[in-house]
Amino acid sequence: MIAAIEVEKRFEPKIVGFLCRWCSYAGADLAGTSRIKYPPNINAIRVNCSGRVDPTLVLKALASGADGVFIAGCHPGDCHYTNGNIKTLRRFKLLQKMLDQFGIERERVRLEWVSASEGERYARVVKGMTEDVRSLGPLNWKRTVEAVA
Amino acid sequence: MTKMKIAFNWASSCGGCEIAILELGTKLVDLANKVDIVFWPAALDYKYSDLEAMADNSIDVAFENGAIQNSEDEHIAKLLRAKSKLLVAFGACAYLGGIPSLANTTNRDGIFASSYKETPTTVNPEKTFPQTKVQVREGELTLPEFYNTVKTLDQTVDVDYYVPGCPPVGEQVSKVINQFVDGPLPPKGAVLGASDKSLCHECKRIRTDGKITKIVRTYQTISDPQKCLLEQGVICMGPATRGGCGSICLDANAPCRGCYGPLPKAIDQGGKMLSALSSIFDAQSEEDIQKLVDSVPDPLGTFYRFSLGRSLLRRTKP
Amino acid sequence: MKTVTINPVTRLEGHGKISIFLNDEGNVENAYFQVPELRGFEKFCEGRPVEEMPDITSRICGVCPEAHHIASTKALDQVFHVEPPPAAKKLRELLYSAFFIADHITHFYILAGPDFVMGPSAPKAERNILGVIGKVGLEVGSSVIKHRSDALDVIAMIGGKRIHPSCGVPGGVSKPITEDERARIESIAKSEVEFAKFTMKLFDDIVLKNKDYVNLITSDNYATETYCMGTVDEQSRVNFYDGKIRVVDPEGHEFAKFPAADYQQYISEHVEPWTYLKFPYLKKIGWKGLVGGKDSGVYKATPLARLNVSEGMATPTAQAEYKRLYETLGQKPVHSTLATHWARLVELVYASERLLQLSQDPDITNPNVRNIPTQTPDEGVGAVEAPRGTLFHHYKTDAKGMVKNVNLIVATTNNHAAISMSIKQAAEGFIKKGEVSDGILNMVEMAFRAYDPCYACATHTLPGQMPLDIKIYNRNRAILHNIRRP
Repeated sequence: MIAAIEVEKRFEPKIVGFLCRWCSYAGADLAGTSRIKYPPNINAIRVNCSGRVDPTLVLKALASGADGVFIAGCHPGDCHYTNGNIKTLRRFKLLQKMLDQFGIERERVRLEWVSASEGERYARVVKGMTEDVRSLGPLNWKRTVEAVA
Repeated sequence: MTKMKIAFNWASSCGGCEIAILELGTKLVDLANKVDIVFWPAALDYKYSDLEAMADNSIDVAFENGAIQNSEDEHIAKLLRAKSKLLVAFGACAYLGGIPSLANTTNRDGIFASSYKETPTTVNPEKTFPQTKVQVREGELTLPEFYNTVKTLDQTVDVDYYVPGCPPVGEQVSKVINQFVDGPLPPKGAVLGASDKSLCHECKRIRTDGKITKIVRTYQTISDPQKCLLEQGVICMGPATRGGCGSICLDANAPCRGCYGPLPKAIDQGGKMLSALSSIFDAQSEEDIQKLVDSVPDPLGTFYRFSLGRSLLRRTKP
Repeated sequence: MKTVTINPVTRLEGHGKISIFLNDEGNVENAYFQVPELRGFEKFCEGRPVEEMPDITSRICGVCPEAHHIASTKALDQVFHVEPPPAAKKLRELLYSAFFIADHITHFYILAGPDFVMGPSAPKAERNILGVIGKVGLEVGSSVIKHRSDALDVIAMIGGKRIHPSCGVPGGVSKPITEDERARIESIAKSEVEFAKFTMKLFDDIVLKNKDYVNLITSDNYATETYCMGTVDEQSRVNFYDGKIRVVDPEGHEFAKFPAADYQQYISEHVEPWTYLKFPYLKKIGWKGLVGGKDSGVYKATPLARLNVSEGMATPTAQAEYKRLYETLGQKPVHSTLATHWARLVELVYASERLLQLSQDPDITNPNVRNIPTQTPDEGVGAVEAPRGTLFHHYKTDAKGMVKNVNLIVATTNNHAAISMSIKQAAEGFIKKGEVSDGILNMVEMAFRAYDPCYACATHTLPGQMPLDIKIYNRNRAILHNIRRP
C-alpha cells in the first residue's frame, strides 16, 4: 500500500501590478511577445501614468488580500507626461515610510522603472518580486486584523 | 402626539462630545421640552436597566459617541441599536475611531504591559492584574474584556448617520440635532454637520502654489499666521479633511489634524493626506526626495491621527 | 450574598460601576467601585512626535482637556529645556483660569448640583440640570449657561476651540491676544466674579441654610480622613497653574513639599484585579489597603484637599470664603467629602478673580509669546492642578523628540482609593436591613460625585497581563505541556 503523500501546496503570492501605459505595460507586452517566461502571480492593471497611482490604491490592494503591490513607470526623464514618474517616486517613498510603521515589509510594495524595450527586465523584476514575497509568506491582512480582534 | 424620544450614550470616549451637546446652551431647555431625553448617563440618572427595559425601536434617535474598545462598549452599542429607530455615530471616535484608535498601533498585551513594566511609579510585586472575573471575599466582580483592536461604531452595529468632529463644533451640533427633530433627513449613511469640501476652502490663510523643500515641526518655527501652513513646511491635514468646523485651529495658529475625517469620495484619509503632502515636495532626485521623507516624523500617527480605526489597514501588524 | 449594582454611575465624566454586597441581615458587607474603561495613552503615544502631545493628551478628557493640554505643554518646556516668555505663562494661566471657571460651573450645576437643588431622593427624571433649571427658573438657568459659555469664549480666544483648545507649544503659546480680546476677557471676568459670588450665595441658601444638608455634609457617612495633596505658590496659597506640590497628613501637618520633577519619589501606584484603574498612594508611607489615617498611603487630591494643604487663597474674596469655610466647619483640615462642593465654589471665586487679575496685567497683550527651543529634547515632567486633583505628565524622548515613554498620574486617579472608601462608607451608612431604593442608591453615588471624578482621565492606561492558559497536546490528545500565565 502506498501511503498517501500529503503534497504541501506552495504559497502562490497574489501581486497587484500598476503598470504605466507608455513604458511598463509595453515592456510587459514585449516580454509576452518575446515568449519570455515569468510567474503568473502578477495581476497587471494598466494606468495611463505611474503618477496616477494614489497611495490609497496600494493600501486597498493590501487590505483586500494582495500579498504585494508592484508599481512600474517610465525611467526618470522618459515620462510621457514629463514628470509623472517623479510624483510617483515622492508618493512611494513616503508610503514606504508609513508602511514600515504598519509593519508591512518593504519587499511587498515595490516601485520599478521599466521601459517599453525592457521586456526581459520586466520578467526578471516580476520573478524576483514573486520569490521575495513567496519567502515572506502570505500577508492575509484582513484575517490578520480579525484574528487579533 | 407623543413626544420624540432621544438618547445620548458614550463608549470609549473622552466626554468632549457630551460637552458639545451642552453647546446648545439654552436651546437644550427648548429641546428638552420638545423631546423626551430617555437616556444620557453624563447628565441624567437613567441606568442600563432602564435602557434594557425599553421596547425595541422605541427610541427615535440615539446619538452614540466614543469608539468601541471593550466588550461593554460593544454590548451597549448593540443594545442601543436594538432600542433605536435611528443610530447616529456622533463625533470622531464613533465615526472614525478617533484618538482611542491610535491604540491600534499596539494591542492589549502592549497596553497592559506598559504600565506594569515601564511606568516608573507602578509597584506590583504580586503581579496582580485586572481580570474579567474576580472572586472577592463577598462574591464575584466582573469587568468588561479589553479588545486588541479599537472599532468604529459601524464596524460593530448598523449606523444610520455620521456627525464628524472632535468634537463637532457648537453651530453644527445645533443644526444637526434640529435636523433630527424637525427633519427632513437625507438618505441613510449621510455625513451631517460638515462640508463636502476640504478645510482649505474655509481656511482664511493665503495660499499660493508654493512647494516645500523641507518639513518643519511646529516647535521649530513661529509660522506666519496669514500664510498657508503647508507652504511654510508645517504639516496641516487641511487638504484631506472635511470642512465645516470654521478652521478654528488655524485661527489659533495650530495646524489642522484632521478630526472632521475624510472627504466624501476618499476611502482612506491617511492615504489621501500622504498623496497631498508628497505632491508639494519640491524635490526631483531620489536623494532629495528621501531627505524630505526623512523629515516627516510620524506619517501614520499624523495622517491617521483621528481615523486609524476607519482606515483601510485599520491597525499595525500585531 | 445579595448584590446590588449601580450601573452605570451617572452625572460624572466616565464609566463606573458600584457593586454592593449585602449580608443576610441586609446590611452592607462591602462595596466596590469598579472602573471598567481603559484606553492606553501611555502606550500608544510612544512613537509620536513629542510636540503633538498637548493635542493628543487633550483627548484624554473632553471635560478637562485644558488640564492635560497645559500639563503636557509644561512637560514640553522641560523636555526641550526652554523657558517661555512671561507673557506666555500668563496667557496659559489666563486660559487655565477660564477653564476652571467653566469646569467648576459644569460640575456644580449640571453634575452634582441636582442632588442638592432637587434633593438626593428626588425622582430620577428630575434629578438633573433640566430639573434644576425648572426649579431655579429660566433666568438663573440662562445665567448659568451664559457664564459657562463666556468662559469657553475666553478659552477659544487663546486656543481657537471651545472644546479641546490648541495653544500649547514648548517655550510658549501659539499666539498672543489682541487688545480687543483682552478687553472682552476683562469684561467677562468681571461678570464671572459676580456670578461666582452669586453661586456661593445660592449654595449658602440651598445647602448651608438647610439643616438636613448640613447634617449630610458633616455626617460620618461621608468622611474619609486621609492625607491631602495640592499645589501651592511661594506663599503657600492655592495655585492651579504652577508651584510646588504639598502634602499634609490627616491632621494637617506638612508631610512633603516637592517640585513636579520629583514626583516619582513620592507617588507610587497599586493594582487591584477588580478595576482597570490603579490606586496612587504615598510611597514613603506605603500601601496599607483601602483605609484612611496617618499610617495609610491613601491621599485625596480634590478642591478640598487643595484648600487643606494651603494657607489661604491668593485673591481677596476667595480668601474671605476660605476663612469662612474653615470657621464654619470648625477645623482644618476638613475631611467631610461633601464639603468638597463648598471648596469647589471657593475655587470658583478664586478662578474668576484670578482671571480678572490676569486680564488686567499690562503684559498680557505682549506679542512676544514664544521662545524657540535650541536644545536637544530628552525628558520632562509637567504638573498642574486639574479641577479634580494634581495632574502629572512625564515624557521621555529620543534625540529627535520622538516619544519613547509616557507616565501619567491623572487627577481623578489620585482619588481612586478615597472614592472607593467613600462609596463603601456611604453604602454602609445608608443601606440597612436590605432597604434599597433609587434615592438611597443615589445617596451612595453622591459620595463619588463630590470628587467630580473624571474616569476618561483616570483610565488612560492599565498595567498587567491577561491570564493565559495554553495546553499543548500530542497527537494522541495527551497533554505534553501546560503553560499558564495567571
